[in-house]
Amino acid sequence: MKKTENKTINNSRRDFLSKAAVAGTITIAPGVLLHSTSAHAIDGDATDLNTSVSTRPLDQEVSSKNRWGMLIDTTKCATGCTDCVDACNEENGLIGHNRPETDAQYIRKVTLKSKSTGHELSLPLMCQHCETAPCADVCPTGASFVRADGIALVDKHICIGCRYCMMACPYKARSFVHEDVKNQKLSAPRGKGTVEACTMCVTRVDNGGIPACVEACTAENHNAMIFGDLKDPNSPISIELKKHGGKQLRSDLALNTGVRYQGMNE
Amino acid sequence: MTRFLRQTAVMVYALVGFSLLSASTLVGTAHAGTPFPDIHEPTDKSVKCIQPEDVMRREHMNYILHERDETMREGIRGEPESLANCINCHVEPDENGEIAGIETDQHFCSACHEYTAVQIDCFQCHADRPQKYIKRNSHTSSLRQQLQQTLAASNAADKGVKQ
Amino acid sequence: MSKIEYTSLEGKSPAYFGFLGALAFVILLALGAVFYMEHEGHHVTGMNNQIVWGMPHVFAIFLIVAASGALNVASIASVFRKKLYEPMARLSALLAIALLTGGLVVLLLDLGRPDRLIVAMTYYNFKSIFAWNIILYTGFFGFVGAYLWTMMDHNVYKYKPYAGFAAFVWRLILTTGTGSIFGFLVARSAYDAALMAPMFIVMSFSFGLAIFLLVLMATYKWNNMELGDVVLNRLRNLLGVFVAGVLYFTAVYHLTNLYATQHHGVEKFLLLEGGVFTNIFWIGEILLGGIIPLILIYAPGVKNCRTTLGLICTLIIFGGFAKIYTILIAGQAYPLEIFPGYEVSSSFYDGVVNSYTPSLPEIMLGLGGIAMTLFIVAFALKVLRFLPVSLADSVADPHHAK
Ligand code: SF4
Ligand code: SF4
Repeated sequence: MKKTENKTINNSRRDFLSKAAVAGTITIAPGVLLHSTSAHAIDGDATDLNTSVSTRPLDQEVSSKNRWGMLIDTTKCATGCTDCVDACNEENGLIGHNRPETDAQYIRKVTLKSKSTGHELSLPLMCQHCETAPCADVCPTGASFVRADGIALVDKHICIGCRYCMMACPYKARSFVHEDVKNQKLSAPRGKGTVEACTMCVTRVDNGGIPACVEACTAENHNAMIFGDLKDPNSPISIELKKHGGKQLRSDLALNTGVRYQGMNE
Repeated sequence: MTRFLRQTAVMVYALVGFSLLSASTLVGTAHAGTPFPDIHEPTDKSVKCIQPEDVMRREHMNYILHERDETMREGIRGEPESLANCINCHVEPDENGEIAGIETDQHFCSACHEYTAVQIDCFQCHADRPQKYIKRNSHTSSLRQQLQQTLAASNAADKGVKQ
Repeated sequence: MSKIEYTSLEGKSPAYFGFLGALAFVILLALGAVFYMEHEGHHVTGMNNQIVWGMPHVFAIFLIVAASGALNVASIASVFRKKLYEPMARLSALLAIALLTGGLVVLLLDLGRPDRLIVAMTYYNFKSIFAWNIILYTGFFGFVGAYLWTMMDHNVYKYKPYAGFAAFVWRLILTTGTGSIFGFLVARSAYDAALMAPMFIVMSFSFGLAIFLLVLMATYKWNNMELGDVVLNRLRNLLGVFVAGVLYFTAVYHLTNLYATQHHGVEKFLLLEGGVFTNIFWIGEILLGGIIPLILIYAPGVKNCRTTLGLICTLIIFGGFAKIYTILIAGQAYPLEIFPGYEVSSSFYDGVVNSYTPSLPEIMLGLGGIAMTLFIVAFALKVLRFLPVSLADSVADPHHAK
């Protein structure tokens, strides 16, 4: 019950902030708003760390003033829990066909066991939303691209289904649609013969929301995932990163990923 | 000379055959009047389309294409010229509550597109009906089951190692 | 120096039409396979989210690589001015174009959205080596086509050296481009090597020449035209050098990988523990495709034996497929190392060696590409004069004392 209350409060706070921001563009000056297009709780309620959300008016372009990212605390991620995965499947209308080798998975739970210490941990793995994304570099048509605010996407309108991006992605984050799809979700169009991956729930994010996986993880009180603006030094995600740091997977490749992990000390 | 005659004959045959064929189609449909696609009119007359009908007929693809690239690349959303908006007004269930899908010629889009023989590429990825009419299998999808089986298996395997 | 006389095939015999018919049949089957795959979706193939490039790509890459190599004979004639090769330059260029067409058709028809060919040609991402390849392929058709034209039309004959040189340079770039498709996949341990591009060039020399020799011998034999040992022995020696070259590059590739510690895992997999991949590597690629042909090429007893030469070429082609199969498929089968230092498991095949079972439609599509190549060659030989009337020793090398 408490959870629901929190959510409502937060939602109304977001609503208020984004309305205030829109009002700001009209009444004050557009320039003021452009300098901070992300809002977050200044007076923290400590449990909700997902207060850094987009307040960009939807008729304005995304810009590189924001960089959306996620921080995953593997010490809080429960082995065997699939709440984030379920939420993602529901959000994007991913339905398995009992063919695990070809069924799409935007996010998956990976179980790790350190070879040196035997320490075990579990974490969700999805598109890492690389800044210098190999998928976008290799895509012949430019269908794979990284939005100005750091979200890596596939423009399925011009994807020819060559799968070169799948070859190039270091995290195996992408799936190819191997069969006809019907009854897609409004905000998650997907179809046979094109490549797809985690979109960081771009429609939700644009509308001032947070990704479905983060929402589910928080709603179930695991609090292992934080979403927010990496470029805003006052966002909870930036503060947390500053305090405790966060690892980029395959950091040797220098891709500057938007998804970071904590608690991965062998 | 003979070659000339032979070629002429072939052409005459072809012409006659073609005329016969077209005549027969004309006769066959004459009593039905001019064929015309059956385009669904939105029931809610209070909502007006964003542009007059003749403009929409000519320009709808350009509107959608423009909106497509802005939304996809720049995150600009909520403009009136969107495919989702078209579908919201124009695709409705019939008296029996059934929605004719894009694969039939009753669907608002395919009615015209089949008539004019223009292929639509939208609905390989986009839903062909408004969101509220999408019937979804309950989400105990096989994917979830697989996932849990795999996790259970890997946990069991780990325990096996420890013993 | 007498002028070389060229001829076209009469192409009226039942055997000729039977040959074309058989090829057309294979092409039809391949089209059926494509229709099936595209209609059902790729789940009916052996390819999946782990092995994303499969049999069609093995065929396509083989044909594209061989296309560049098939131009060898023409290049040696025009760029290195070797008179002996001159008469065969036309056939060599024709084969190059036909091979590239076959390969590209396969690549294209395997796309998830082959109907978007127009998108592939109108949207270019210039950062993508793949997009560059599309330009390289188009250019190859242009340059080799122009080169053929200068060879076959007296009015533009004087431009032949330039056209020949341009085609030569272009094919080297083209193969570098093809090899770089892998070189850019930094995250995959097996492909992380600067050696890929030069290795692909040597591979193209070897595969392309083997195919050229087979086509040459078959054409002259089936049409009762004279083909002397001088020509064949030259080409055979050249082939020996190329095969040795491929073996050498393969060795260096694996040795450098063994030198870099982070690649020990993948090397161990490829060379020792990869099961079917290890077998294909040692038996298919190295033994059948390298060592045995090499021995046969230089074995004194079978020097002028055409059957042996045919066998050698077939083995090299087979070994070539094996080589591309190990590069492409085994490279994907080896798991990505996302978490060094950890044992990994998940519902998405993390940390496991992926398995791949090619499906019939995929193989059919690949064979269709080969049939397409041969069809183009057979048809073109009938319409235009590509073949020297005779390649008997006295014609090929008048100074060759008999
Ligand atoms: S994780 Fe993979 S799919 Fe996502 S941006 Fe990076 S390379 Fe692209
Ligand atoms: S599959 Fe689509 S998104 Fe991926 S590289 Fe090819 S065209 Fe680009």
